[in-house]
Amino acid sequence: MNAPELWTTVAIVGPLAAAVVSLGGGRRHILGGLALGALASCSAAVALVRTVFERGVVRHHMGGWGQPLGIELRVDGLSVVMLATTAVVGTAISFYATSYFGDAADPRVERSPAGRGARFFAPLWLFLWTALNGIYLSADLFNLYVTLEMLGLSSAALVTLAVSNKAVEAGMRYLLVSLTGSLLFLFGVALLYLGYGTLSLEGLGALEPSGTPAIWALAVMTVGLAAKTALFPLHAWLPPAHAAAPAPASALLSALVVKASFYVLARLWLHVYGVGMPGGALGRPALVVLGVLGGAAIIWGSLLALRQVSLKRLIAYSTVAQLGYLFIMFPLLPPVEGLGGGGGWSVPAFSGGIYHALSHALAKGAMFMAAGSMSYAVADDDIRAVSGVAHRLPMSFLAFGIGGLSLAGIPPSGGFVAKWLLLTAALESGRWLWAGVIVVGGLLTLAYVLLVARYALDVEREPASFRSVPRRMEWAALGLAVLAVILGLRAVEVLELLSVGGFAPWR
Amino acid sequence: MNAAILYALAGGGLFLLGLLGLLARSHLFWKVFGLNFMGSGIFLLLVAGAPRLPDGGADPVPQAMVLTGIVVAVSATAVALGMALRVMSRTGAPYLSESGGRPDSLEISEPEEAP
Repeated sequence: MNAPELWTTVAIVGPLAAAVVSLGGGRRHILGGLALGALASCSAAVALVRTVFERGVVRHHMGGWGQPLGIELRVDGLSVVMLATTAVVGTAISFYATSYFGDAADPRVERSPAGRGARFFAPLWLFLWTALNGIYLSADLFNLYVTLEMLGLSSAALVTLAVSNKAVEAGMRYLLVSLTGSLLFLFGVALLYLGYGTLSLEGLGALEPSGTPAIWALAVMTVGLAAKTALFPLHAWLPPAHAAAPAPASALLSALVVKASFYVLARLWLHVYGVGMPGGALGRPALVVLGVLGGAAIIWGSLLALRQVSLKRLIAYSTVAQLGYLFIMFPLLPPVEGLGGGGGWSVPAFSGGIYHALSHALAKGAMFMAAGSMSYAVADDDIRAVSGVAHRLPMSFLAFGIGGLSLAGIPPSGGFVAKWLLLTAALESGRWLWAGVIVVGGLLTLAYVLLVARYALDVEREPASFRSVPRRMEWAALGLAVLAVILGLRAVEVLELLSVGGFAPWR
Repeated sequence: MNAAILYALAGGGLFLLGLLGLLARSHLFWKVFGLNFMGSGIFLLLVAGAPRLPDGGADPVPQAMVLTGIVVAVSATAVALGMALRVMSRTGAPYLSESGGRPDSLEISEPEEAP
C-alpha cells in the first residue's frame, strides 16, 4: 500500500477514532478529539488534493478486498474539492464550538443547554465528519446508503442539543424526513442491483443504465435525496431544524450536511446516468424539472427570508434559496450544438454549480457562526435586538457581512465566481430565463443581508443587554469569511482540480 | 409465477404500506413502525430477487447488504424511538405539533428562543 491510498483511509478512520476519544466526556477528551479529527481530515485533504493534481483519480480497496464484497474508495476532482471544503469549514466550526460550549467555568453550565451541548456536540460532530468524508470517498451505492444514514442520524441528534420543545420537535421531524429519504434511496439501490448486478458507480455508468427499472430507481433515489437536500417543495423541515439547533450545529448543517446529499444526487444524474447527454438515460426535460424546482426555491426561499424576525430563521431560509442555485446548474449542462464541449457537459455550468456549493459552505458557515455570536451577545435571536451590535462586535459583523456579500455574488468572492460561471453558461447557450433567475436571486440575497445590516449598524440604539463574546468565536467566523473571498481569488486552481475525473459521464 | 416473484412483490407492497403509514399516521410510534416496514420491504425484495448462481446457490452480495441494512435499521429505530420519547416527555403527546415545523408563511414570524 502506498501513501496516497493510505490517506483515503485516514480521512475516514481519523474522525471515527476522534469521535470515540471525545466520548470520554472530559474537557481533555473533547478538545483532544476535536483536534485529532481536524488534524486527520485536514492532512488527508491536503495529501489527496496534491495526489489528485499530480496523478489523477485515486482508487483504494480497503483491506485489499475488491468489489463486489469489499469496500472501494475513489477520489476524483469533485470528491477532493468537497473533502477539502469539509475539512476547512469543519475545522473552523470545531474551533468556534470549543468556545461556544466551553464556558465551563460557569457553574450554571452543567444544568444549562450548553452543558449538554458541551458533552455531546463533539462526538456527534465527529461521527458526522466521518460520514461526510465517507460519502465523498465512496465508490459504490451501498456504502453511500450506509454513510448517508450515519449522516442523517448524527445531524438530527445535533439539532436536539438545544433544549427546547421547538428543537426536539424540529429534530424529530428532520430525523423522519432523513430516514425516509435514505430508505427511498435504498429502494433505488435494490432495484439497480437486481437489474444490473453491480453496486459500483463506475461499473453502473459503464453499463449505461436506461431501462424502465433504472429510470424508476433514479426517480425514487432523486425524491429521497431531494428531501434530504431540502429542495423546494420538500424544504419545510429545514428552517425549523437549522434555526433551532445550537449555533455551531446550525453552521454545520447549513454549510456541509445538505451538500452531501446534493453531491450524491449530482453523481448519479451526471456521472452514472449521463442524464441529458446523447445516449443518456433521460433527455433534457428531466434536467429542466430540477432547474425549475431550484428556481422556485431561490425565489420562495428569498422572499421568506425577507419576512423573518428571527435572525437564525432568516439565514435558514437563505439556505433554502441558495440550495436552489445548485439545481439551476442542471438545465444548463447539456452543451449547445456548435459550441463544442468535447462530448461532455458545459464546463461553466458544471464548475459554476459545484463552485456555488463550495462558496456557500464557506460563506454560510461564517454567517451562522457570526449570527450565533451576535445573538449570544444580546441573548436574543430577534433581528431587532441586534440593533447597534455592529460597533460592539465589529469582527462578527464583518464576518456576517462578507459572508452575505459572497452569497449575493459581489466580486471578488467565491460566490461571485460561481454566479459568473452559471451566468456565462446561461448566456452562451442562449438560455436567458435562467440568467434572469440567477440575477433576481442575487438581488434578493443582497436585500436580506442588508436587512440585518440595517439593524446591526443602527448607531442610535444600544442593545438592551450585552455580554462579551469569546474572541475565538469571532475569529473563527471571520477566518471562514475571509476564506470565502480567497476562494474567489484562487478560482483557477480550484477549477483545474475540479476537471480531474472529467466533465463527461462515465462510459 | 414462482415463489421468488411473489416474495419480491410482497417486498414492494410492504415498502408502500410502510410509506403510507409514515405519511398518513400522525402518532410518532406509527411513523417509526412505518419506516421499519419500508426497510423490511426492501430487504425482502433484495433477498427474493437475488440472482441465482449457475451452481444453484444465491448471490451473496444482497445477503451482505441485508445484514448491514438490518444493523443500520436497528440503530435508526433506536434513535427514532429515543427521540420520540423525548418529544413525548417534553410536550406530553406523541405527536409533532405544527409549531415545530410550521409550514412556510409570509406572515412575520416569531423569533427563536435565546441561546
